[in-house]
Amino acid sequence: MSTTANPTIDLGAGHHDHAHDHDHDHHTLTGWRRWVYATNHKDIGTLYLWFSFAMFITGGLMALGIRAELFTPGLQFWQPEFFNQLTTLHGVIMVFGAIMPAFTGLANWMLPLMLGAPDMAFARMNNWSFWLLPPAALLLIISLFVPGGAAAGGWTLYPPLSLQFGMGMDLAIFAIHLLGISSIMGSINIITTILNMRAPGMTLMKMPMFAWTALITNYLLVAVAPVLAGAVTMLLTDRHFGTHFFKAVGGGDPVLFQHIFWFFGHPEVYIMALPAFGVVSQIIPTFARKPLFGYHSMVYATASIAILSFMVWAHHMFSVGMPATAQLFFMFMTMLIAVPTGVKVFNWIATMWQGSMSFETPMLFAVGFVCLFTVGGFSGLVLSIAPVDTQMHDTYYVVAHFHYVLVAGALFSLFGAVYYWLPKWTGNMYSERAGKFHFWWSMVWFNVTFFPMHFLGLAGMPRRIPDYPLQFTDFNAIASVGAFCFGLGQLFFLYNVIHTIRGGVGKAPANPWDSPTLEWEVPSPAPHHTWETPPDEALVKKGLAAQALE
Amino acid sequence: MRFSRACALAAFLPACSFATIDGRYNFQTPQTLIAHDINNLHAWIMGVIAVIFVAVFGVMFYSIFKHRKSSGHSARHFHENTTVEILWTLIPALILVVMAWPAAKVVLAQKDTRDAEVTIKATGYQWFWGYDYLDYGFGYKSKLATPRDQIENYKDKGQAKGEHYLLEVTEPLVVPVGTKVRVLTTSNDVIHSWGMPAFGVKQDAIPGFIRDTWFKADRVGTFRGQCVELCGRDHGFMPIVISVVSKDDFKTWVDKKQKDAKAAADDPNKVWKLDEMIARGKTVYDANCAACHKADGAGGGPFPALAGSKIANGPIAGHLDIVLHGKGAMPSWQGLSDTEIAAVITYERHSFGNKMTDMLQPKDVKAARK
Repeated sequence: MSTTANPTIDLGAGHHDHAHDHDHDHHTLTGWRRWVYATNHKDIGTLYLWFSFAMFITGGLMALGIRAELFTPGLQFWQPEFFNQLTTLHGVIMVFGAIMPAFTGLANWMLPLMLGAPDMAFARMNNWSFWLLPPAALLLIISLFVPGGAAAGGWTLYPPLSLQFGMGMDLAIFAIHLLGISSIMGSINIITTILNMRAPGMTLMKMPMFAWTALITNYLLVAVAPVLAGAVTMLLTDRHFGTHFFKAVGGGDPVLFQHIFWFFGHPEVYIMALPAFGVVSQIIPTFARKPLFGYHSMVYATASIAILSFMVWAHHMFSVGMPATAQLFFMFMTMLIAVPTGVKVFNWIATMWQGSMSFETPMLFAVGFVCLFTVGGFSGLVLSIAPVDTQMHDTYYVVAHFHYVLVAGALFSLFGAVYYWLPKWTGNMYSERAGKFHFWWSMVWFNVTFFPMHFLGLAGMPRRIPDYPLQFTDFNAIASVGAFCFGLGQLFFLYNVIHTIRGGVGKAPANPWDSPTLEWEVPSPAPHHTWETPPDEALVKKGLAAQALE
Repeated sequence: MRFSRACALAAFLPACSFATIDGRYNFQTPQTLIAHDINNLHAWIMGVIAVIFVAVFGVMFYSIFKHRKSSGHSARHFHENTTVEILWTLIPALILVVMAWPAAKVVLAQKDTRDAEVTIKATGYQWFWGYDYLDYGFGYKSKLATPRDQIENYKDKGQAKGEHYLLEVTEPLVVPVGTKVRVLTTSNDVIHSWGMPAFGVKQDAIPGFIRDTWFKADRVGTFRGQCVELCGRDHGFMPIVISVVSKDDFKTWVDKKQKDAKAAADDPNKVWKLDEMIARGKTVYDANCAACHKADGAGGGPFPALAGSKIANGPIAGHLDIVLHGKGAMPSWQGLSDTEIAAVITYERHSFGNKMTDMLQPKDVKAARK
């Protein structure tokens, strides 16, 4: 069933003062105007996704710079100052430039389609939230070329170290301000859209899981983005306006920054993980041909993770020297997060159980996600044990842990999402062989890169060092080889996407995966405007029934 | 804990085989009770994880192989079961309790710094460590001993690297065996982190604050670690080496250090001649200032050049003020002695092409501190 052929045109809505040229072509700007003036959720979603891919490549090149230097002991390519700039920008760009905008892009593209809404709630604000991103990215890139170079204190920007850098640090602070404003506006838009623009009959407890995770994620973001903005603003005034928030000489406390930063930083981890859970919760039922198991407990688990995420921040600071009671409190709370996270994994497996599974590329990435995210979850559990963390804090074990949850977690779910929805976006089917190759290639080299880092961390190799003692040589060499191969594979991903846009292996049907959610009810490619009139209740209920939600 | 260790070993064979190769696949060989406890805790948790891992992935991969469309399996449409939801919430929670209990005991032991027999202050500097033996009234700096030529491989110039590459220092921390040593950590500039993997200790060194940790080494030997908090350019080049010696050797060593310290102390009332002050200043400069301002005073990056600088060629009081109190990235150098500060300022004003004629005496610095 397609929107343009929708038989229920304008029943009761009656607002169309240009109903005569209902083929929409006249609103569509062309050329650069289409993108710069974009207010259409699909165009803005596309912008977000391409932007995040560009940032992914930029941050990835920096990662390869890091791995090249670490291939052998000694300093080969970079001075230590520049190495530290690479690690810092790699982190900031991947977190704020690649992963977060990619999920906002997905939400933009898919939420209105999945909820039966004509667009996002605030179309013009949507334009503004995207277009703040490129200037922010530019500030970060430019900062590499200013006197003194870019910020080099790690993505955590701990003072007093971050008070020592040149203007590159100020540019990073302004970039974070812009990114934060963009995130807050994007979040308000997503929350409003979900709360107010759902199709008739789709109550909150009947929304697709992706919408639930988007809702909860964006509440987290509205709550913590201002906290980060405050922290970096305090850095800025410490640097230039004589305040002493974080300087002990004036009565400040460097550790205060860490508390504020991680009060943002831990929910931030879930801001990058929860939407991934949402994507996987869409993909697994589709390819298991079975409704999501335990929908309600999935919603509650997601909400529990979000709430707990505000009470665990100091587990990033176990070596800072907290009192034993605080050490114990944060250890127990952190361990507790394993419970709702475990519930999610068990529900995914129960969804697969007794299904009729097939393993197209999106499903491969989803299963890959479940496996590797669980490994990352296990290493997180190990790190949560405060005494064990004494050995592992600020070592490569931590690096391995968060790359398992952010690369094999968030990034793999994004790849899965792209292959899953690419037929809807482009109207063409991607090449299954190419997609599977991309998956297996990424899967193998990801593990070659990051698994040895667990051993490096156990043996005590600190993070963020440009050179290392000789006993760490072989694992570093393996990790570097893996990183270059993994990076190469992502160019293949780009090829896959472009190949699909240019026709792929043929036209995609409206619902290639036989999935019951609403986005598959519109034609492929999705027309510029969809659900201008809400889907009628019978259609919504049919989909909900197939998801066992009705 | 014995039962748990047996579980861990039985369940996690890979970890078991890795554990035999010291310091490469697993923690360094533990040398203190706490480090032993941490190893056991880790093995126990890895054991539990291994069991869960096998169970969960066993079910998942069974399903992946059996419940495939291609093998003709058709989907069954169950989608909810409150009992299993409650079970798989409660069981993991109980497992966490058995993990948390032994962990909490170790946390409390780690935090118990009472009744130490020796107290040492470890101060982080960009980029080396300073150790002060508070009970014995002496201290020294412990810097990387690996030559720069081994580190820099640019344009194939690197020399062969030694056995303890990046893990060797000019003078290690010396502690007596079997003695509870309390380490106070602080920093002169940014946050560093002082730790020793074999001892199971790691404690951030925070400027303006004192934190503490403790260890009691089981046996004599030399143990090596590194700074573990990013502290700027040479973060990777400030190792921590601890030499554990017998109690008698420790006493002999302390006596010697105390005598040396007395002999080396500057007389604060001495009036110095210009050329000996400049010579003294050069050693202070190379040890403390050259890391940023460079040996030739040319500076670099955010660190300004001293050659031709307005401060080094301006009123001497202003020069003294910035060295004593710092500004921006320049830290305060109040930790240096009056003689050292007078010497380094005098040196800076007569070097790098700076042609001032004035000089400072220790008593001038003493007066300015007030």
